[in-house]
Amino acid sequence: MTVSAIAQAAESKTGTVTAFPAAEAARAVRDTRPLRLITCGSVDDGKSTLIGRLLWDTKAVKEDQAATLRRDSGKQNDLGLPDFALLLDGLQAEREQGITIDVAYRYFATDKRSFIVADTPGHEQYTRNMATGASTADLAVLLVDARTGLLEQTRRHATIASLMGIKQFVLAVNKFDLVGYDRARFDQITHEFRELALSLGVRQITAIPMSALKGENVVYDGKASMPWYEGQTLVEVLELATVRSAQTVGFRLPVQRVSRPGESFRGYQGTVAGGSVKPGDSVVILPSGMVANVTKIITFDLVRNAAVAGDAITLVLDRQVDVSRGDMIVSIDSQPQVGLDFDAQLVALQAEGIQPGRRYWLKSGSRRQRVTANPVSQLDLKTGSWTQRTGLLPMNGIGKVHLSFDENAVFDAYEQNRTTGAFILIDPDTNNTVAGGMITAKRSSLTDLRSDEARVILSLPADLADQLMATELFSRRRDETDLRRMTSGEASQIFKDAAVDI
Amino acid sequence: MPSTLPETELHNPQTTKTPLDPHLKALENEAIHIFREVAAEFEKPVMLYSVGKDSSVLLHLARKAFYPGRVPFPLLHVNTGWKFAEMIAFRNDIVKKYDLDFIEHINPRGKAENVTPFTHGSALFTDIMKTEGLRQALDAGGFDAAFGGARRDEEASRAKERIYSFRTPEHRWDPRAQRPELWNIYNGMIRKGESVRAFPLSNWTEVDIWRYIQVEDIPLVPLYYAKERPYVERDGMMILAEDPRLELLPGETVQHGSIRFRTLGDFPLTGAIPSQATNLEEVIAELEIATVSERQGRAIDRDQSGSMEKKKREGYF
Repeated sequence: MTVSAIAQAAESKTGTVTAFPAAEAARAVRDTRPLRLITCGSVDDGKSTLIGRLLWDTKAVKEDQAATLRRDSGKQNDLGLPDFALLLDGLQAEREQGITIDVAYRYFATDKRSFIVADTPGHEQYTRNMATGASTADLAVLLVDARTGLLEQTRRHATIASLMGIKQFVLAVNKFDLVGYDRARFDQITHEFRELALSLGVRQITAIPMSALKGENVVYDGKASMPWYEGQTLVEVLELATVRSAQTVGFRLPVQRVSRPGESFRGYQGTVAGGSVKPGDSVVILPSGMVANVTKIITFDLVRNAAVAGDAITLVLDRQVDVSRGDMIVSIDSQPQVGLDFDAQLVALQAEGIQPGRRYWLKSGSRRQRVTANPVSQLDLKTGSWTQRTGLLPMNGIGKVHLSFDENAVFDAYEQNRTTGAFILIDPDTNNTVAGGMITAKRSSLTDLRSDEARVILSLPADLADQLMATELFSRRRDETDLRRMTSGEASQIFKDAAVDI
Repeated sequence: MPSTLPETELHNPQTTKTPLDPHLKALENEAIHIFREVAAEFEKPVMLYSVGKDSSVLLHLARKAFYPGRVPFPLLHVNTGWKFAEMIAFRNDIVKKYDLDFIEHINPRGKAENVTPFTHGSALFTDIMKTEGLRQALDAGGFDAAFGGARRDEEASRAKERIYSFRTPEHRWDPRAQRPELWNIYNGMIRKGESVRAFPLSNWTEVDIWRYIQVEDIPLVPLYYAKERPYVERDGMMILAEDPRLELLPGETVQHGSIRFRTLGDFPLTGAIPSQATNLEEVIAELEIATVSERQGRAIDRDQSGSMEKKKREGYF
C-alpha cells in the first residue's frame, strides 16, 4: 500500500465513520447453502446502487477497496457515500461506457447466510446475459423505479426469470423516497406486479418499498420513513428464501469420469444430479439400459451409506458393466426419458442465431452429442405470447425448438430437474456456446407407428434381458421398445391372460 | 467385479472429523465437479501451484476429486526466484508427501538479464517473471487446460471471469468475447493451441478459504502465522528482512516484531501485517474483524488503474 493510499484509508476512516462500522459481524457456521440470486433492472432503476448498498451494509466492501473507489470516483453523492456503481463495474471498457456489459458475480454474507449475486445488465440486447445469470439462480430481485412503475422491461425480465426456472420473485420498488413514501403508490405497483407474476405461474412474491441510496429496507429497515410498512427488509427475505433442491426426484448420476487406479477397482465419478442413492440400490445405466446394483459410495473422507443431490461422489457397482463418460446412472424405478427427439425452449446467445437444420454439439451434464435444433416458435417478450416462426432464431431470441439426435439422448424435463433437463448448444465451427436450452418433453416416436405394426412380447430372465439390452442393436432401437420389470409369477399371469384373449 | 480399494491408495479417513457445514460442502462439491470435468475433457491439464493458502486448498480439493486415484495431472510452480525461503521448503515437502508430479519453471531471462524487483520495479518484474514465465511454461508443456486458485471476490475484473476462462494461442483473455456459462455445463471445446484456465474456487470468498483450511486441517506455510520476525518498512509495507539479497536503503533499519502474511508471493513485493495470531483460530478471529482486503499487501494490483485487468489480458493468471 502506498503512503498516499494509507493516508486515504485513514482519512476515510475518520471522515465517514458511519460508513465503516468498527468490526465485521462474527461469521457463524452456516446451516444453509449459499443462496444464489439474480438482480434485474436497468441502469436507471438504481440496480448498481442496490447491489453496492447490499455489499456496503453487510461489510463486504473493505477499506482499501473503498479508498480506491473514492480516489476513482472523485466525488461523492450528497449522503457522503461513494458512487457504488464504480465498485461493481470491474472492466475498464465498462467504466468508459458507463454501462455494465456482462454478468458479474458478487459475494456477501450475513450472520445467517451467504449470498452469490449474479449482476446482469438490463438493456434489451443483453437478454443472453440475464439468461446466463438466471440459470443458476434460486431467486430473482426485480427492480422498478417507484416513479415509473412497471415497464415493458419488467415483464421481459420476469418472463426470462420464470422461463429459466426461478420460482421466487422479490419486487424492489426503489427510489421510494422520490414518491414521498406514498403507500398507495406502493400498493398499486405491487398489485400490477402480482398479476404479472401470477400470469407467469410464479406464486412466491414479495414486494418491498425501498431506497437503495438511503439504505432503507435493504439491510436496515426504513421504519423512520415508512412506519406503515411492516414487512421484511430485502436481506431478511433473502435469508429465509429456499434453495432449490433436486432431492425429491429420481436418482441421477451423470458420469464425468471412470476412476481406475488399479486393476481391482473401478469407480464412476460424478455429481449427483437428482434424488439419492445408497448401497444395495438397483440402478440402470443409460442410454444402454444395463442394470446393476450399487455396492459402495466412496468419498475422500469416508465410505458413505448414502449420497444426495449435489454430492460429488465415486460410485462402485456390483458387476462389470460398460459405463463411460457421458452415461447416466439412474434409479431403476424412476427413469429419465431416452430418445432421439425432444421438445425444448432455448435462448440464442450469439450474433449468428440458431439456424434451422444446422448440426450443433449439445452438451448436457457430461454428455456431448450431435443435434439439430429446428425452431418452431418464438416468444414475444413484450406480450409474453408465442408466435410461429420456423426460420432462424436471432440472438437474444427465446424459441421453442425440436431437437433431433443421431444417437439416443437422456433427459428429464427441466421442470422436474434443472440439471438433467438443461443443455447448451456449441457451434462446431467456432466452438462458441450459442444457446442455452431447457427440455420440455420427449417427442414420442411410438405414436407415429402404425397401430397394426407387428409387435412381440417376450418374457425373459432378468439377467438375459439385461445382456440383450446391452447389445448395440437393442440400444440403437431402444426408443421403439416398451419395458416392464416384474416377478415371474406376474409375467406368467400376463401370458395366461393373453392366451385367454386369443 | 471386485470392488476393494487398492491398498496403496487408501488413506486414513478422519472419522472424528467435524463434518463440513452445508455452505462449505456446496463449495467443495462444485470445485470437485469442475476438477473432474476438466480432467475428463482436456488432453493435458496442469495445476498452477503457487504454494499459498488458495493453492493449498486447491490441491486438497484435487486430491479429493480423484481419490482413490492419484491427482492425474502435474503441479506447475512458476517461480520468480524471489519467493520466501519457507515457501520453497514447504512446497518440496508437500510434493513428496502427496506423491505429486511436479514442474518448476523460472524464466531464464531472469537470471540472464538479472531481472529483480529492485532493479526493474514491481510492474516489469512481474510481467517478465510471472506473466512471461507462465506463458513459457504452458507452451513448453503443451498444456491445454490450467487450473488456478483465483476467486471472483478478489478483485473487480475477476468478478466477471468465467469458471472456464478461454485463452487464445497467445494466452490472451478477451473479457468481451467470453463464452456464456450457464448452469454447471462447461464448454471445453477448443482448437489446437488454444487453452482454458479453469477456476474451481471461483465462488469462494476469503473467509470460506480460511474456514475450510480449519475444518479440513490443511497444512500451510508457517508465514501465515504470527511470529517474531525481522522486517524493514518500505513504501508503507513491512518487508521480511531474512533474505541476504534485501539491501537496506538509507534511513532503513531492521526491526523486529510479531508479524504474519495474509498472502504470499515474492518477498520484496509482499507486505506483512502486525499480528499476534499464532494459530488458525486466531487468524480467523483477526480476519473476521479485518476491514482491509487481502490484496492490500500486494504492490502489483495498484501499479496503475485497472492494473489487474491489463495483466490478465496479457496472459497473467
